[in-house]
Amino acid sequence: MALEGLRCKECGADYPVDARYFCEQCFGPLEVVYDFGALDPAEARRKIQAGSAGIWRYADFLPFAAGPPAERSALEPGLTPLVRADRLAERLGLGEVWVKNDAANPTHSFKDRVVAVAVAKARELDFDTVACASTGNLANAVAAHAAAAGLASYVFVPADLEEQKLLATGVYGTHLVGVRGSYDDVNRLCTELSETRPWAFVNVNLRPYYAEGSKTLAYETIEQLGWELPDRVVCPIASGSLFTRLGRAFREWLDLGLAGGEPPVFNGAQPAGCDPVAEAFAEGRDVCKPQRPDTIAKSLAIGDPADGPYAVELARASGGAIDSVSDAEIRDGIRLLAETTGIFTETAGGVTTAVLAKLAERGAIGADERVVVYITGEGLKTLDAVRDGHSAYEIDATVADFERGVPEPAATGAGA
Amino acid sequence: MITVKIPAQLRVATDGEGEISVEGGTVGEALDAVFAEHETLRERITEDGTLRRFVNVYVSGEDIRFKDGLDTALDDGDEVTILPAVAGGG
Repeated sequence: MALEGLRCKECGADYPVDARYFCEQCFGPLEVVYDFGALDPAEARRKIQAGSAGIWRYADFLPFAAGPPAERSALEPGLTPLVRADRLAERLGLGEVWVKNDAANPTHSFKDRVVAVAVAKARELDFDTVACASTGNLANAVAAHAAAAGLASYVFVPADLEEQKLLATGVYGTHLVGVRGSYDDVNRLCTELSETRPWAFVNVNLRPYYAEGSKTLAYETIEQLGWELPDRVVCPIASGSLFTRLGRAFREWLDLGLAGGEPPVFNGAQPAGCDPVAEAFAEGRDVCKPQRPDTIAKSLAIGDPADGPYAVELARASGGAIDSVSDAEIRDGIRLLAETTGIFTETAGGVTTAVLAKLAERGAIGADERVVVYITGEGLKTLDAVRDGHSAYEIDATVADFERGVPEPAATGAGA
Repeated sequence: MITVKIPAQLRVATDGEGEISVEGGTVGEALDAVFAEHETLRERITEDGTLRRFVNVYVSGEDIRFKDGLDTALDDGDEVTILPAVAGGG
């Protein structure tokens, strides 16, 4: 109904709906353009609520001609829990905190959203092979969604990735290619390969469509909050694609009358070992200086972030900020979230939770604010980050040994 | 001799050529030599004498921003690759 084409974000040049991602005039990124015309908000809400229990309920706001694409597979992501986190809020001295747990997707990260959209588009454009450059989560998702759709796949990752992410990719029967180098090396290689291989690289030549999938995370937040915008969001930044698309989606539904409230304040979260966007924000620049990543948050280890300038712009314009946290703070963040919400996140979620704690500590968040924290991945994928971080007891199978070896519970009640 | 590799989408500006051989002691000089042959390429890749912000240039696989930018020295036989910077994301 609404898909119009692609447009350069820098110079405004228009392009048709096909496999392309940058402007031939100025190299700027291409973005999907829609015409929603005179949309009736009440009718649109009814249609969404009558839709599928996943991202395709938002198909009218995704880059397809009419409703859910016929080429979608049965592996549908989305409608992940938005959990009110009162114990986390209490621990940090905040008013109202919600955790959007996007680990609850088919391959346990938010990447299922972008990949479901990109793979459906790849099939619509008649590709029979999909590929990606990945820090891990995207690899899992591309391999799985290609399998579900019956397409061949090539997944390129840094060779030193966490074992869990490699195993959880290989199992789907993909061509798993470990590249000796950083993610940015992998990305450059895939950019070059995309010129000669007739493949749909989801985050290269299909990137404009892929990025649109992230918007569903914002739509769900709005719907789950009763068609209201949150006051503030805290979101991890790697390439900046998720961060900026949340901004776009919130604005879209606000302008269309589907969401009430004001545009949220945007807080970005990066690991200190790879924080080119936080650094540009701190130094008042919009161009990010590339870095060589050295962090346990490998899913955020992109030293040359494609959407960096737009992420800085969004944080600044919304009155937010972009902060970075150390590896130790990331580990503490994983534990803090687990201990107060029962949600076990990977290192990227540790980054996000640690930045929330940092903002709370410096008094950046008002007591009456409704804050949504985006947890984008699953703790079981980065087990090394929590190794040796807790107490455990080994005893003989006797009551006496139990009483000798294991302490009584601390008198904590509901607190601590 | 330096080989400059042109991305497929820009070859309309190079009469279809994907690799252009030029002389040049630095990346800037090599690119200027390419622009001398294919003038319309200049405005697509540069703006006010500097690279556009969504253009990445590599010398033998290494991003020139980790070196001396356009002043990065070239040795005979080096390969300079121009690529769009807007790919990627976890």
